[in-house]
Amino acid sequence: MMRWWLGLRRLGARMAVLVCGYWLAANAHALTLPEALALASGDTATRLQTLEALVARDDARAAALIRALAQEAVWVRDDAQVLIEQDGQVRDAVSGEPASLDGASPATINNRLRAALQRALAALDLFDADPHRVTQAALRLRDALLRNPDAALAPVLEQALTVQRTQPLLPRAQTALRQAQAVLWLGSDDPTQRRAAAETLAGWSDSAVRAALAARLEDEADPAVAQALRVALTSVERALLRAQVAGQLFTGLSLGSILLLAALGLAITYGLMGVINMAHGELIMVGAYATYVVQGVFRQHLPQWFDWYLLAALPVAFVTAAGVGALMERGVIRWLYGRPLETLLATWGLSLILMQAVRSVFGAQNVAVEAPQWLSGGLTVLGNLVLPWNRIAIIAFAALVLAAVALIVHRTRLGLFVRGVTQNRPIAACMGVNTARVDTYAFALGSGVAGLAGVALSQVGNVGPDLGQGYIVDSFMVVVLGGVGQLAGTVYAALGLGLVNKFIEGWAGAVLAKIAVLVLIIVVIQKRPQGLFALRGRVA
Amino acid sequence: MKRRESLKLLSAATALTAFPFVNVRAQSGPIKVGVLHSLSGTMAISETVLKDIALMTFDEINAAGGVLGRRLEPVVVDPASNWPLFAERARQLLTQDKVAVVFGCWTSVSRKSVLPVFEELNGLLFYPVQYEGEEMSPNVFYTGAAPNQQAIPAVEYLMSEDGGAAKRFVLLGTDYVYPRTTNKILRAFLKSKGIPEADIMEEYTPFGHSDYQSIIARIKRFASAGKKTCVISTINGDSNVPFYRELGNQGLKATDVPVMAFSVGEEELRGVDTRPLVGHLAAWNYFMSIKSPANDAFTKKWADYAKAKNIPGHRDRPLTNDPMEATYIGIHMWKQAVEKAKSTEVDKVRVAMRGQTFKAPSGFDIKMDEKNHHLHKPVFIGEVRADGQFNVVWKTKGPIRAQPWSPFIEGNDKKPDTPQKSA
Repeated sequence: MMRWWLGLRRLGARMAVLVCGYWLAANAHALTLPEALALASGDTATRLQTLEALVARDDARAAALIRALAQEAVWVRDDAQVLIEQDGQVRDAVSGEPASLDGASPATINNRLRAALQRALAALDLFDADPHRVTQAALRLRDALLRNPDAALAPVLEQALTVQRTQPLLPRAQTALRQAQAVLWLGSDDPTQRRAAAETLAGWSDSAVRAALAARLEDEADPAVAQALRVALTSVERALLRAQVAGQLFTGLSLGSILLLAALGLAITYGLMGVINMAHGELIMVGAYATYVVQGVFRQHLPQWFDWYLLAALPVAFVTAAGVGALMERGVIRWLYGRPLETLLATWGLSLILMQAVRSVFGAQNVAVEAPQWLSGGLTVLGNLVLPWNRIAIIAFAALVLAAVALIVHRTRLGLFVRGVTQNRPIAACMGVNTARVDTYAFALGSGVAGLAGVALSQVGNVGPDLGQGYIVDSFMVVVLGGVGQLAGTVYAALGLGLVNKFIEGWAGAVLAKIAVLVLIIVVIQKRPQGLFALRGRVA
Repeated sequence: MKRRESLKLLSAATALTAFPFVNVRAQSGPIKVGVLHSLSGTMAISETVLKDIALMTFDEINAAGGVLGRRLEPVVVDPASNWPLFAERARQLLTQDKVAVVFGCWTSVSRKSVLPVFEELNGLLFYPVQYEGEEMSPNVFYTGAAPNQQAIPAVEYLMSEDGGAAKRFVLLGTDYVYPRTTNKILRAFLKSKGIPEADIMEEYTPFGHSDYQSIIARIKRFASAGKKTCVISTINGDSNVPFYRELGNQGLKATDVPVMAFSVGEEELRGVDTRPLVGHLAAWNYFMSIKSPANDAFTKKWADYAKAKNIPGHRDRPLTNDPMEATYIGIHMWKQAVEKAKSTEVDKVRVAMRGQTFKAPSGFDIKMDEKNHHLHKPVFIGEVRADGQFNVVWKTKGPIRAQPWSPFIEGNDKKPDTPQKSA
């Protein structure tokens, strides 16, 4: 550990010299070929030494080489020429002349070099003209210093805070730089500095901050500083707890929204119509494969709109799954109304047919569904908590679908007929409702919603012929637990199961969590067989 | 009476003369060889390509004249990632199809399921995947890595300066025998290096698990205690795709917490956006990016075959990986052993396999050990590149001998260095 610090200290000292030189416009000597070769190839220790040496100079060519190496855009030709890619153009690293890549092999870096290069670049970028680049550099440097404090970088930070700029520092950059300074001041000899550091670091919810504060508190002799550290530690721990709870709530909500999407269709077909549909998982799979097909079409014919294929996939998946569901209903299920065991067997057979059909058309292996750009990455909140965009989108989507289904069931004529036919079929028929057609429409609606669930699942899991098998049991669990006959029960059951599952997974692991959830459901059903939110009175 | 006697004599004579004809027909017809890999289910993502490379190797051998002048006739079955079905299909291959040898299995649970079948029926299995050791059957030849040829060097690299000087370890795996045993070995190894229990976190997920949010959150928390942390992943099958996707989405960078995987190669990374994953690691005995004339020939052969046979995925973007190389080596070594023994009988081939060598695509001359049924293999550590290939950042000077009975498990020093039937 000490060796690691010492190396970094030397690097920091060199960076400090760089900064001063940068602004004193010292006349440094230019990058030479042996130096470029020493940085681009060889053993890691020598390359790190060369990096330190180059960072200490005020040389645009050296900076460009460092930047290119960090982006893995450096090539070496026969130990005689080093090439970099700069602004889309391949150039010689030493002379800057344009060059070609023939016969050159790429220079590789490993994690150790990568980390050192990123730190060097962060220190260089602190003085860039673009304020956003400065902010990113400040954040990166702050996080790097938190993991490896290096006091030699203190003058660099001071310089970065006080130097005159064409574009002023963004507030986020300023906070980051002050926090970085505070991390370094934690180890300073001056107690006022240490106290100021403790106060600045309070409320920054990063577990590494807690570790740094706790480590400092152990060795702290000055009582005033110790008190400030204790206060800061409590506030950091509270912020961490908040972030942790928020994180768990989010993961529970995310799982709950996925369960809700999967189970909503089943809530209509089983909950409202009483049809035990064992092919429900396969309808989800049909929706996922429809997404895959739409992705393929967009990739072939509309590559510039590729990022929006998901939006096109939604209606396609709905219609496809609804079509398959209507076929199932007309062809098989309508002959078996009122006979649940036969329906169960028949739909299970249908699920096998659907799986094999998909295997024959698309192959038995998983197919790759790429996430569009705008769904990659995550949103960083509460300091260190990253909420992936695809899961946020799925939560929003589940809410939309729920609202749409509730609207259809409670506010439209179709919904009225479905509810009527479900509650009392003979009287509804007497009133002139075409019960057969309403059954088909209702089943198609449930299947279509399953198709929409497939679109969502294609973004978070694997798409293969067995996709449905993983969700059929969960969907039935949600519907049975929530109670048949209404949608609200499904919602509460789905969200509840998601939260409980993730909560238990938090301290007992994924396998035990699944077991615990199943046991929980068995216990609840024993006590309340009709589910949590069953309709009172007669259910047809 | 006389007629009956002469009829009996005539039929006996005919039978006796026919007998050698029957034998000759069996000796000159095609040799049936079995391929036992999951072509559907959670392991299909990894195993399907092994079936294809096996078929390619059979074609290559047939084009060069076959084995002992006889054509190889592949018998492909699909055990569908279902472990009991592996045993059924293995029995089918050995009793009904009467194959001379089987190339198959990936997960250790599938191998453990078929092992009793192969030992009972005296069949021959070539197992091409890295595994946890703790086994040495006379009916199996292990062409994948034992822990000392993959897991131990990988952890040593992670603890070295270049690997990040890791002090805290997360052992994350799928819940079955291979990750559990490997993690047991690694725990003992880490303890021998002075790593305290509190600095090791062990975590398991079921096959097919796809929701890694909370696990990655726990890894982040574990990693922020002030010491450099790394993750050692023994996740198998298509769970790797959502795991790496979640890693990328949550921004867990290799420079902060490097993830070293033992069951993830070029094929498993195909469906993942590898740009946020640059720098994460894998340990194997072969990478597609290795520069050697043997590897160039191998990858070209595969690319041509994939295009000719219209193999999905590989026809546009052909990839090779370590288990593919191990399958290729295994099949060629078996051919050499059969030709040396001049017979496909398992007992003769077993003896002839000892000491077999082959010029492998990894650039080294690979040797089958004289005694322990394992290959001597070189070790490579690679970092993920943005294009899904691996940069080799560390390698052994040459092949190292396998130690299937890991010295880090109690009682292994008493185990013999030659294969014994398991109970």
